[in-house]
Amino acid sequence: MLRTLIMSVVFVFLALVFCGFIIASVGFNPIEVYGKMITKVFFSGKGIRKMVEASLPLMFCALGVALTFKMNLNNIGAEGQYAMGVIGGGAFVLFGPQIEGPAGMVITALCCFLGGAVWALVPALTKAYWDVNESITTLLLNYIALMILSYLCLGPWKKPGQNVGQTERIPRGLELPEIGNTGINVGLIFGILVAVLIYLAYRCTTDGYQLSVIRSSKNAARYAGINIRRNIIFVMLLSGGLAGLGGFVQYSAVTHRIMEGMPNNAGYTAIVIAYLSRLNPLVVIIVSILFAGLQNSSATVQVLGVPTQIATMIQGTIMLFVIASEFFQKYKLVRVKEVEE
Amino acid sequence: MREKTAKEPVLEMRKITKKFGKVTANKNVDLSLYPGEIHALLGENGAGKSTLMNILTGIYKANSGSIYFKGEKADIKSPRHAVDMGIGMVHQHFHLIPTLTAAENVFLYTPECKTVLNKKEMEEAIRKCSHEFHLDIDPSAMVWQMSVGEQQRVEIVKLLYRGADLLILDEPSAVLTAQEAEEMFKTLRAMAESGKSVVVISHKMNEVMQFADRITVLKGGMVEDTMPVEEATIERLTRAVVGERELKPQKNDGSNRQEKVVLEVKNLSVKNDKELPAVRNVSFDIHAGEIFGIAGVAGNGQKELAEAIAGLRKSEEGSIIVNDETVTGLSVKERIEKKIAFIPEDRLHMGLVPDMTMDENRILKQFDSPDFSKNHLLKKKNIRSVVEAEIEKHDIKIAGMNAPVSLMSGGNQQKLLIAREVGSEPDLLIAAYPVRGLDIGATEAIHDILFEQCKKGVAVLLISEELDELFQMSDRIGVLCDGEMMAVLPREEADYDTIGRLMSGERYEK
Repeated sequence: MLRTLIMSVVFVFLALVFCGFIIASVGFNPIEVYGKMITKVFFSGKGIRKMVEASLPLMFCALGVALTFKMNLNNIGAEGQYAMGVIGGGAFVLFGPQIEGPAGMVITALCCFLGGAVWALVPALTKAYWDVNESITTLLLNYIALMILSYLCLGPWKKPGQNVGQTERIPRGLELPEIGNTGINVGLIFGILVAVLIYLAYRCTTDGYQLSVIRSSKNAARYAGINIRRNIIFVMLLSGGLAGLGGFVQYSAVTHRIMEGMPNNAGYTAIVIAYLSRLNPLVVIIVSILFAGLQNSSATVQVLGVPTQIATMIQGTIMLFVIASEFFQKYKLVRVKEVEE
Repeated sequence: MREKTAKEPVLEMRKITKKFGKVTANKNVDLSLYPGEIHALLGENGAGKSTLMNILTGIYKANSGSIYFKGEKADIKSPRHAVDMGIGMVHQHFHLIPTLTAAENVFLYTPECKTVLNKKEMEEAIRKCSHEFHLDIDPSAMVWQMSVGEQQRVEIVKLLYRGADLLILDEPSAVLTAQEAEEMFKTLRAMAESGKSVVVISHKMNEVMQFADRITVLKGGMVEDTMPVEEATIERLTRAVVGERELKPQKNDGSNRQEKVVLEVKNLSVKNDKELPAVRNVSFDIHAGEIFGIAGVAGNGQKELAEAIAGLRKSEEGSIIVNDETVTGLSVKERIEKKIAFIPEDRLHMGLVPDMTMDENRILKQFDSPDFSKNHLLKKKNIRSVVEAEIEKHDIKIAGMNAPVSLMSGGNQQKLLIAREVGSEPDLLIAAYPVRGLDIGATEAIHDILFEQCKKGVAVLLISEELDELFQMSDRIGVLCDGEMMAVLPREEADYDTIGRLMSGERYEK
């Protein structure tokens, strides 16, 4: 664990050094650029708030995605499940009974969860019963979900009298509050709670145990009489639901309204985060926040005149380096002495 | 043969020591090999046989000691280097490419393998080489179409064509039928007579005494004994292999068999993975306290029969009745609840989860029993104490309480698996090849557990390809050939010859 951490840090550093050369080659001082990025994003109150805020949807999507990856199921559909989650929540907020306060928030969250879960249902069933490749089904359903979201935002759900595709603002009583007056949203606590629950479920419950067995050896699971179908469906729905919750935090805490193209690739970024976290839900929290910070930093460096593409490049490079570091985590170079006896 | 061995040795390994971390796999091992001899390397699992051979073939590097090959000090750097020097090995799991022909596989292994190949020339060269040693292979046949025996011959030709003077074979008879094994040993003899040296790793004493010229016994990483075959006796070998540990194989005296019938199989038909009939219209029953042996060459429906009874495979026709209840349509889980325990053939990939710990493997079938969990929460302390008790009871050597079971030796993995299966207090225990690949000590421990179950009144279905084991263990023996039950004989009426002939498909006549 410690080794993983140290290695990741070392490789992030190497990635920054590498990018430093490129930044220098386009005529900027890498130290100045990095300095700006780091102080603006990681060492200012506003930067930290923005970072946490941006990390929330990523966090929930990545927790969901990591769950399926852990079962060797590839849910590539967090993007669409996120969109459907927002639609589920929006249906309640816009057309449901007007319940506000904590109860209303819980119901909204549940509706988002259901929206995401329903969107994962078809891939779950087809995978469980006919072994249809879930990467394809979840991916293709993304496009459909985004289309539905666009249709609603530009059509029936559109706030009248404006040109952008978005709905009415969510009632104040359904907005997720901040923790005290730190400016950090309670969504973060919610996310940490979910991550800890997943972590404990894997270690201490029979359900987590069954998932681990299926993951490690399908044959052994069959032999032990574990219901593989049921578990596939369960995990896919849970994963979709979590992505739906990603939509919920964005809707209720950040944008306060449903907008066209709202997932904004969070569902895909989540795949990378899940992978970089090595599917450990607790690590997902940290990586999501760091990743959000990295994304935010692109805006910061633009002030210096550095093209945003540079920030995107840094993101990509860091990812590649961390993935490459896996080799050094698996293998260790050892020097063996010849012993004479 | 004798006069040849008086010559200079072709290979000398002197004081070889190899350590893996803190574990010493080989300690001061001396081994010499003469041209023209077949040398058997005998020992239990984990005695260091494979490590020693892996050092010789350049896969591992010894921590200390030296190797002299053909009179010169050899520093074997890599498997490739070993092959160039003329040392080749046939591994237990073949290294062949199934979609290529025999000739292509052989050529792939040689430096002559260029971008453009002349198929005819290639096949002719291989044919010549295989004829020289009476190895019967068809150079143009695809490897995937070959029997295991043929594939093994391709492996041997591969080494011979490459000019190997020293051949190492790792348990070559394990995958062969008796007839094929005999053929193979004849071939090895022919190669020895042409001046090559052969090392055979084995743990079958009878076999070793038949074919070897000299025998070296490894125990605990050290040479325990080395002798010409004339001086070898089963007693001497046994003592060297297992040490002073007392071996008293129990024999089934039939006294545990009760009147009550536990398992009844009626007209059962099952298909294999390729949807072809694998078990055809098989009927038999097993009483409480009885061990029912199933004999047959591997691949004649044993696996499918066992899996059908355990519920892992669909029964096409017929019925399976356990304790007077029909279980034919029940799921695996329901059958486990009906007290059917199953020791599968593939212990590491079906019976156990290799990268999980012992605790996690122990609860594989019983995680939701009240002993191990409540309201979906695992009772980790209870699980640990049960596992600790079983380790103690069955003398399981562990690789660490939190280490994955894949790090344990085969024998201990099997003990753990069996401890779990008998721990569920079954009425029917299906044991498919329970001692395959295990050494003498582990084999005996596992047989003892089976006998103990039998005394408790458990019905045991024992599938094996070792007739010795079946004769020692069973009350009755059924013979499967091509999915048909050729006959069911009480042990007293069975003899090797009859069973052997039934196994090859001859009809039984009294």
